Amino acid sequence: MTARPRQRSRPAARAEAILASAVFTAIAALLVIADFLDQPFYLKLLTRALVLALAALALDLAVGIAGLVSLGHAAFLGVGAYVIGISAEHGMTNGWVQWPLAVAAAASAALVVGGLSLRTRGVQFIMITLAFGQMFFYLANSLSRYGGDDGLTIWTRSQFGTWLSLSDRRTLAWLSLSILLAAYLFLRKLRWSRFGRVLRAAKENERRMAALGFAVGRFRLVAFVISGALTGLAGVLLANLTEFVAPAYLSWHRSGELLAMVVLGGLGTLHGAVLGAFVFVLLEEVLARLTTHWALLFGPFLVLVVLAGRGGLVGLVQRIDAPR
Amino acid sequence: MTAVLLARGLAKSFGAVVAAADLDLELRANEIHAVIGPNGAGKTTLLGLLAGELRPDAGRIVLAGRDITPLPVHARAALGLGRTFQVSSVLPSFTVLENVAIAVQARAGSSFRFLRAAETDESLNGPARSSLDKVGLGALADRPASTLAHGERRLLELAMALVQRPRVLLLDEPLAGVAPAEAEQLLALLESLRSEMGILLVEHDMDAVFRLADRVTVLVHGRVIASGAPAEVRRDPAVRSAYLGEDDEGAFDDRTDQLRVTGRASFRR
Amino acid sequence: MDPLLLLVQLLNGVQLGLLLFLVAAGLTLVFGILDVINLAHGVLYMVGAYAAAVVLVRSGHFALAVLAGPLVALGAGLALDRLVLRFVYDRDHLDQVLATFGVLIFVNELVRVLFGPAALPFPLPAGFEWSVRLPGGATYPAWRLAIIAAGAILAFLLFWVLTRTRAGMLVRAAATDPAMLEMLGVDVRRLFLLVLGAGAALAGFAGAMAGPIVAVQPGMGDQILILAFVVIVTGGTGSVQGALLGSLLVGLADTLGRSFLTDMLRLALPPAAANEVGPALASMLIYLVMAGVLLARPRGLMPVRRAAR
Ligand SMILES: Nc1ncnc2c1ncn2[C@@H]1O[C@H](COP(=O)(O)OP(=O)(O)O)[C@@H](O)[C@H]1O
Ligand SMILES: [Mg+2]
Repeated sequence: MTARPRQRSRPAARAEAILASAVFTAIAALLVIADFLDQPFYLKLLTRALVLALAALALDLAVGIAGLVSLGHAAFLGVGAYVIGISAEHGMTNGWVQWPLAVAAAASAALVVGGLSLRTRGVQFIMITLAFGQMFFYLANSLSRYGGDDGLTIWTRSQFGTWLSLSDRRTLAWLSLSILLAAYLFLRKLRWSRFGRVLRAAKENERRMAALGFAVGRFRLVAFVISGALTGLAGVLLANLTEFVAPAYLSWHRSGELLAMVVLGGLGTLHGAVLGAFVFVLLEEVLARLTTHWALLFGPFLVLVVLAGRGGLVGLVQRIDAPR
Repeated sequence: MTAVLLARGLAKSFGAVVAAADLDLELRANEIHAVIGPNGAGKTTLLGLLAGELRPDAGRIVLAGRDITPLPVHARAALGLGRTFQVSSVLPSFTVLENVAIAVQARAGSSFRFLRAAETDESLNGPARSSLDKVGLGALADRPASTLAHGERRLLELAMALVQRPRVLLLDEPLAGVAPAEAEQLLALLESLRSEMGILLVEHDMDAVFRLADRVTVLVHGRVIASGAPAEVRRDPAVRSAYLGEDDEGAFDDRTDQLRVTGRASFRR
Repeated sequence: MDPLLLLVQLLNGVQLGLLLFLVAAGLTLVFGILDVINLAHGVLYMVGAYAAAVVLVRSGHFALAVLAGPLVALGAGLALDRLVLRFVYDRDHLDQVLATFGVLIFVNELVRVLFGPAALPFPLPAGFEWSVRLPGGATYPAWRLAIIAAGAILAFLLFWVLTRTRAGMLVRAAATDPAMLEMLGVDVRRLFLLVLGAGAALAGFAGAMAGPIVAVQPGMGDQILILAFVVIVTGGTGSVQGALLGSLLVGLADTLGRSFLTDMLRLALPPAAANEVGPALASMLIYLVMAGVLLARPRGLMPVRRAAR
């Protein structure tokens, strides 16, 4: 394995910034077009992609940067969504209360799951995150008061006073994009910060980092919690988008799909996760139109992406950009 | 002189293999204490026990008056226990400078800073650069660590350890595989460090050991068979008969597998 | 608590545990030898169940059906190795997860296309429609007893093979120190294939045996896969003894939790609250057990001692 320097050379940093801007500009353009053509269906589809992109971005922090392969992230998405659904069910629809509550709940769930899972490594970590994710799935299923396995309709979206109404599809779409962009900029800073450097270095050589005096587990746990909180925020948006929550949001297949988005776009690159989520959602849409059995096509596609794609779509662009 | 690092009754077995048996060891501040012994004697195991990578089956470890036996690796490191590994352990995809800067970061307070770029942080890079200059790697600062030659990598590890200003430095065969010219440089560096810290030096190169060490401990099958000033140890009958006896030069100089085997075989008698 | 019901549920717990063991044993050995994570292992259980169901309906021979389960699963396991797994042995866990996840969603969908989304009929064999009278007067379905017997025999056989045969010893050695085996000139790759095949056959057999008592439908393997993960984490990765212990623990905790937890909560809580909390807690019980084990022994109840590099 040849290790490329992680330090950003100036041209590499610029190329990354250009590609990331291109991704976000393209998304904004799509939103404008869908809006201009008055296509609520596509606006909703794009918002869904934005929301899943936020979740994939958050997952990339855990997997791509901190090296924690979580197969249970859908649980945090679900916790965020369920807090919105349950609080709305009780008539509590003030977004200024709901949203922080939902994010805090997702962060707490990540703290517990991460705290337990981080006692192990490698394959065990994957299995444990999957298992705990499934535990949350069953918990949602058994909430008979909140719809059980049928799920729960949200009659009122989060309220933010008069100046921001989420009932307007456009507002929700642009708000989602703003949140995604803010999260992206935050995580990009984080990656190159002292904290991010510890995560990246520990992914590469944990033993050395411990010998230098780093309590590696603590850094990873904090990263996992940040990741879980942001995924919870994606769940908040998802609940407001679909006006519905159901145990299916926590399905472990969703966790697998989020991982697929991250790898499809380019592991550890952040903007790759956003790109991956959009390609995934749009591909799913196209395939689903071709056949109801789109998984027959998607499964092999995923295998091929893994076998062929070193570095995902972002890696592909880089290779085209700078052929050796 | 007071002991900065103290081990009492350390024991460690891997299944039937006894790698440390009732080991006592004392490292004073400002001394270079060499640990020698044939391959498989338990030298690396001893360092692992001291650094906290291995849990002892019995015994106690005291660092600067504090019992550190229950502490994990990172906590011991934070208390001033630096080390290099027998197989160099650096961060290959980071630059040489960043490798050392991360070591600075470990000691320079908070790493829970999430926004400002670490790479351009002069409060980290400054000390890192001077440490690199000290070991003579200043010119290679911007190279990825993966491109370093073997000897350079050893020096980098040393720069990482030194920048943390440890009380105690554990070195596992720092000279193994290092070219003579670099070895000379490294020896001079170690010599100059004596005034700043206690150094526990595991080394096979007998010339280096007898040149540098204030004291020497001889380990065989996880037991101390002799310990004291170099001249005493050289004269010790147990060491002579078991170790130096048959071949003054060769027995210790086991850089190759071949010699290692003969070295070990000579103990079975 | 009704002692008769308790006896029946204990038996149910053991029966679930032994089924789980048949699935988890192969999975844990595969981790042990090559440190490979295979999400498609549950698919082999499903394939076994479907193969058995189809053969049963076509031929009417139950013995043939039960034989078809492991055989078809074995074939599927080897095909899985050929087509996907062998390309990801040397990759990191993330790649293994994604590739085998791709396989899983593909096969689940393929089964849906071929056999429809509904559960396949899988009638009990003629000789097994009766129940056994237990001491105390309760009755217990003969088929479930047959599962217990078959599971126990296979577990015994597996331990015998692992401890008494050369291949078995190599497998155990591989779980402790794969590098050493390579140095001794053992073809670890072939050993792995052997274990993968055996594990596939065991999972397929479990699917066939479970056929009459579970719903044979697409995705049925996912559930068992996750339970097997819980078993492996609880028991200790790579350890077959651990898998047996973990299986029984998980089987019993799940079964007993579902039947008695609500009643037990009624002793402490008002009935309405107990009715609400009980089922939720019961469905989470095995994960809480796993969490408890992780807190006390992060490497599981019976971890394999791996030689350090
Ligand atoms: N992790 C381990 N597992 C099993 N045996 C080990 C392990 N580490 C060391 N040993 C054994 O302990 C003995 C001492 O090894 P070591 O400390 O590396 O010796 P030295 O560094 O003096 O050559 C050797 O026999 C070695 O095989
Ligand atoms: Mg050694």
